[in-house]
Amino acid sequence: MAASTHGLIATFDTAADIYHAAEKVRDAGFTNWDCITPCPVHGLDGAMGVKRSKVPRISLAGGITGFITGMSMIYFTGAVDYPLIVGGKPLFSPMFAFPVAYELTILFTAFATIGGMLILNGLPMHYHPVLKTDHIHRGLDDKFLIVIESSDPNYDSAKALLESAGGTEITEIES
Amino acid sequence: MSHSDSSGAQPAILSEVDPIDFPRATLVENDRSFDWITDKICGIIEGKTPTWWWVCFALACFVATWTVAGITYLVATGVGVWGHANPVNWAWDIVNFVFWIGIGHAGTLISAILCLLRQKWRTSINRAAEAMTIFAVVCAGIFPVFHVGRVWFAWYLFPIPNSNYLWQNFRSPLEWDVFAVSTYGTVSVLFWYVGLIPDLAILRDRFYKAGNKTRSFLYGFFAMGWRGANRHWSNYEMAYLILAGVSTPLVLSVHTIVSFDFAVSLLPGWHTTIFPPYFVAGAIFSGFGMVLTLMLPLRAIYKLEDLITQYHIDCMCKITLATGTIVGYAYGMEFFIAWYGSNPYEGFAFINRAFGHYAWAYWIMISCNVITPQFFWFKAVRENTAFVWILSIFVNVGMWFERFVIIVTSLARDFLPSSWGYYSPSIVEIFTFFGTFGVFSVLFLLFIRFLPIMPMAEIKAVTPQGDPHHGAH
Repeated sequence: MAASTHGLIATFDTAADIYHAAEKVRDAGFTNWDCITPCPVHGLDGAMGVKRSKVPRISLAGGITGFITGMSMIYFTGAVDYPLIVGGKPLFSPMFAFPVAYELTILFTAFATIGGMLILNGLPMHYHPVLKTDHIHRGLDDKFLIVIESSDPNYDSAKALLESAGGTEITEIES
Repeated sequence: MSHSDSSGAQPAILSEVDPIDFPRATLVENDRSFDWITDKICGIIEGKTPTWWWVCFALACFVATWTVAGITYLVATGVGVWGHANPVNWAWDIVNFVFWIGIGHAGTLISAILCLLRQKWRTSINRAAEAMTIFAVVCAGIFPVFHVGRVWFAWYLFPIPNSNYLWQNFRSPLEWDVFAVSTYGTVSVLFWYVGLIPDLAILRDRFYKAGNKTRSFLYGFFAMGWRGANRHWSNYEMAYLILAGVSTPLVLSVHTIVSFDFAVSLLPGWHTTIFPPYFVAGAIFSGFGMVLTLMLPLRAIYKLEDLITQYHIDCMCKITLATGTIVGYAYGMEFFIAWYGSNPYEGFAFINRAFGHYAWAYWIMISCNVITPQFFWFKAVRENTAFVWILSIFVNVGMWFERFVIIVTSLARDFLPSSWGYYSPSIVEIFTFFGTFGVFSVLFLLFIRFLPIMPMAEIKAVTPQGDPHHGAH
């Protein structure tokens, strides 16, 4: 295939259509392809063979960092750097440090989750060949699209497969 | 699609007992298509700015100037321009702070807790409710920041190294509050923004097609190149779920910590363990009051009856009823414990609340918070939108008075009669507070003008067309 082609795009009308088409593309052994849908379609991950998202690991790392940050910050500021005696109580106790550490756990988890989601998705990416097509407009509105990229080893059989899966308006995308 | 015909062999018992087939409530009326949903919600932004919007915006800006003027005067003069005097050194500022923070809580409840509970009706109201949360936190933040008096030292609240080599006292619930509220504000904005990304991408493409390159660029910049790819949705959905998962303990902890500001003190009327759950329920109650106050006019103006259906209003009314009843129970339980605990100061604090100098405020609180929501038991009431809206106003008023009653009555009558007093707000405080409604309205009007007021992708996902198994089996 010519280097100037990003891939093929096919249109499907309903969520059920793309679900079954995705199963066929998955079973045909394609790897560099994706579905474009106006909303998350329940079960489409399984139909595409997409593995469970890795975002939770990043979130967990963020949460642990947040908790340790909170506890160690309070220990350092109140018991090490400037020992602050209040009511004859110990300089540090995880009890009074807990609310702040808890809030920082949540804060860091949220940042890690969103950062992780963006990194795993490769966003922000303001330029992408798919965004140049006319299809994308409907793909975010009410149509369901499958894009098979030309870098896929099975790309030569892609067009026939998309046709047999019921795709319409199958066109090439300029890269 | 009914529940019982899903698939496979049914247990034999089912044919014997013949269970009633409860139809699932429709979330989008009239079987609207995806395209209709996109056009409807984007149309609000793309259409000409309506006249009512300009009128409301001008009015809101005018009211907002009250807050600006009040705060300017306070900064120029000193915190003495407020009506605080011994023994009441905490009054409208903290009342207003707790009031606004509480309102924010319904937004997070709708976006996070209802998401975890798979309450799909949240989809058409969550965007506006989250916007309400953020703007309410903005209004709330004004008060603690400016009540420090010399506001240019407000950064001392945060553990930033300073020339005095001093750090914060992390034993203080007020310091916990700094972290709770700033985390709450930040996470609410992040959650809201993540939800907006797919919708901003739709607006980017629509404005591009319509030839408006500037707006297409702006929406596109914030849409970060979203292209609806399912490999992206997969991570996105997981991230959204985790954000809902962390926002749930966050929202509960924020009002718990706000209540610690009082409960950790020794003042009769404040020093009670019921405060955290009681404050959280009250916050959700007031927040749903505000959601109804905002959504019902929006629904009427933009003709969104197909998206915010009677079922949605029913659900919101019922949550208001449930939380309002919890609040009523808490009022009763406070009295019971005051008597049962046999602490004369505690007992006096509560008798004084109901029959003392501030009895008028107490009975406004009781009638608005305990009696008002009871109307929601009746279907006829829930179906009368105008009446629901009026009741929601009462809820807002009542919850402001609840904070006033808790804070001011307890401080005005503490242990020693020699230090008793009576607090009245100054004109500066009154204008500063009412001005925050202008600040809130300005922000909310800008939101409905420039951002999609409903999450289009989420609404599409709960329609029958969004379900790949709909009618397939």
